[in-house]
Amino acid sequence: MSFTVPAKLEAEIDELITHYPADKKRSASLMLLHALQEHFGWLSKDAIEWTATKLGLQPINVFELVTFYPMFRQQPAGKYVIKVCRTLSCALGGSGKLHEHFCTKLGLDAHAHGLQTSKDGKFSVEFVECLASCGTAPVMMCNEEFYEGVSHAKADEILGKCG
Amino acid sequence: MPQQFRLILKNVDAAGFTNDIDCYMRNGGYETLKKALAIAPKDLPDGKKMSPQEQLRDDVKLSGLRGRGGAGFSCGLKWSFVDRRSGKPIYLICNADESEPGTFKDRQIIHKDPHQLIEGMIISCFANDVKLAYIYIRGEFPEGARILNRALNEARAKNFLGKNILGSGQDIEIHVHRGAGAYICGEETGLIESLEGKRPYPRIKPPYFPAILGLWMCPTIVNNVETLCHVKHIVQMGAAEYAKLGTPNNTGTRIVSLSGHVKKPGYYEIEVGKVTLGELINHPDFGGGLLDGRKLKAIIPGGSSSKVLKAGEKFKLKKKGPDGKDIEQETDVLDLPYDFDSLMAAGTMSGSSAVIVIDDSADVVEVLANISEFYAHESCGQCTPCREGSLWMSKTLHRLTHGGGRKGDADYLVKIADNIPGGRTICAFGEACSWPVQSFVGKFKEDFVARGAADEAKRGGIDASHSKAVAPVSAT
Repeated sequence: MSFTVPAKLEAEIDELITHYPADKKRSASLMLLHALQEHFGWLSKDAIEWTATKLGLQPINVFELVTFYPMFRQQPAGKYVIKVCRTLSCALGGSGKLHEHFCTKLGLDAHAHGLQTSKDGKFSVEFVECLASCGTAPVMMCNEEFYEGVSHAKADEILGKCG
Repeated sequence: MPQQFRLILKNVDAAGFTNDIDCYMRNGGYETLKKALAIAPKDLPDGKKMSPQEQLRDDVKLSGLRGRGGAGFSCGLKWSFVDRRSGKPIYLICNADESEPGTFKDRQIIHKDPHQLIEGMIISCFANDVKLAYIYIRGEFPEGARILNRALNEARAKNFLGKNILGSGQDIEIHVHRGAGAYICGEETGLIESLEGKRPYPRIKPPYFPAILGLWMCPTIVNNVETLCHVKHIVQMGAAEYAKLGTPNNTGTRIVSLSGHVKKPGYYEIEVGKVTLGELINHPDFGGGLLDGRKLKAIIPGGSSSKVLKAGEKFKLKKKGPDGKDIEQETDVLDLPYDFDSLMAAGTMSGSSAVIVIDDSADVVEVLANISEFYAHESCGQCTPCREGSLWMSKTLHRLTHGGGRKGDADYLVKIADNIPGGRTICAFGEACSWPVQSFVGKFKEDFVARGAADEAKRGGIDASHSKAVAPVSAT
């Protein structure tokens, strides 16, 4: 199957590239990868090669970004990705239990490393490092939505809202 | 009477204040930019002229403004290092990568008063002859990026940005650039590499001082969100007035992010040095004290990299006596004025002004294990001492918190931590990952030794687990 970027998305990407001097297109790499991941849900080998071609780079220049930056995914995730903050203030505020709560509810292993996806492919859960809202611990994100002071009841509510 | 002083946060959370440009302008927004653009060249006694840009840079220097991102370096001095003779373009980058654990102040500005930042940036661009600037915002702030993009569009529509802004002949453009979840991008040279579309491996200095060889090998200024907001207020108030805020050498205000075991965690803006650490934690206008029945154990005073302070610790601080001579005064940890210099004198730092309070319900071994796991995850991997050291410290703390500890782990941790920083790594991450380990183990050694000893006793000796594992082999 060939990899196609819809015209509307490509137009957005072309606009993003103009934010950088014409001979510094490489700088747009992260912004392009965000745009592609938002659209496709993950970054396939084809997406990486497409980005490289678009910016006049070698695929390795793009691949090494995808493997380094924690937000980029090389495999599909659930429709809803839940990121629970693991770092100190949230840990003091009960984020360990919150993460466990999600895992138990969704039939995942709370002690496994990295991103895990529920059997039905609807939810992924992962621990992430500091989300910079330490005063309202514990905090989390569900896709791009940010939630603070998340009790277990609020966690259930968030899951319930995911259609 | 300790109190908040809302300069940067004046509009944040104010009733009826919204983050759009109309509301900002109704509250005096962009008037300071107009004021800056209208500054006339000044005649100097020697017959030379001082350009408006030079006057603005001079103001920032005179204000005493120190960077609010972590290092507390003089902003005016940083600007003065910029290579203005190379003929290359000069770039400005706003560091909005806010990711030091404990810190959540820039989030408030970006989400609730984005135009204040943009106005501060445009003034800073003008003052430094910058035509193109970026806001490097952490990837986990998608909403913040959207808000900033909308705000930038609003500013463009009013010609505060773009070509010939407000008829001044100046072209200034600002774009938002998103990171993707790496803490090291908060380090300015790592940030620059990331903005160039590479892995954010920090650059070695010399020669790669951003002021000379920064973004695309051009002179570059990297300032924190809060710092750039202060620039706007310095121009608005005048440097001398601004410098009256705070305390000498620690001028202005700072937003303190208070989290952990206090009744009222949150962001509190104070005049630098006018409020003590104890007041931040206990005063009803700030943290409101510890949770009922708990006792203070430790304070992380400036983000998780800063060295921990132990409850009851005493420090000898130099103070000016009535006769003007320096006298040494014994100061309890809770009486430390919250500023750059006092915390440095206490052997730690105010860093990104993130105070994390730890009470006696927490186990310091678990706390350090959590911090070290963060640094092990975030080390970029470029320098061996940091890449390996941060991981070994985290692994050692993992075994200490999972029943596999040893009595000697405390000394072992310090030995590793002592061998990472001090010029063995390219950037300050080496220090950042070592300081918590050195200070936690140094100040709470008995907790770490006891934990290891208890594990050893359970296993019946240091090598019990090991010998059990090899027993079947030796039996055959």
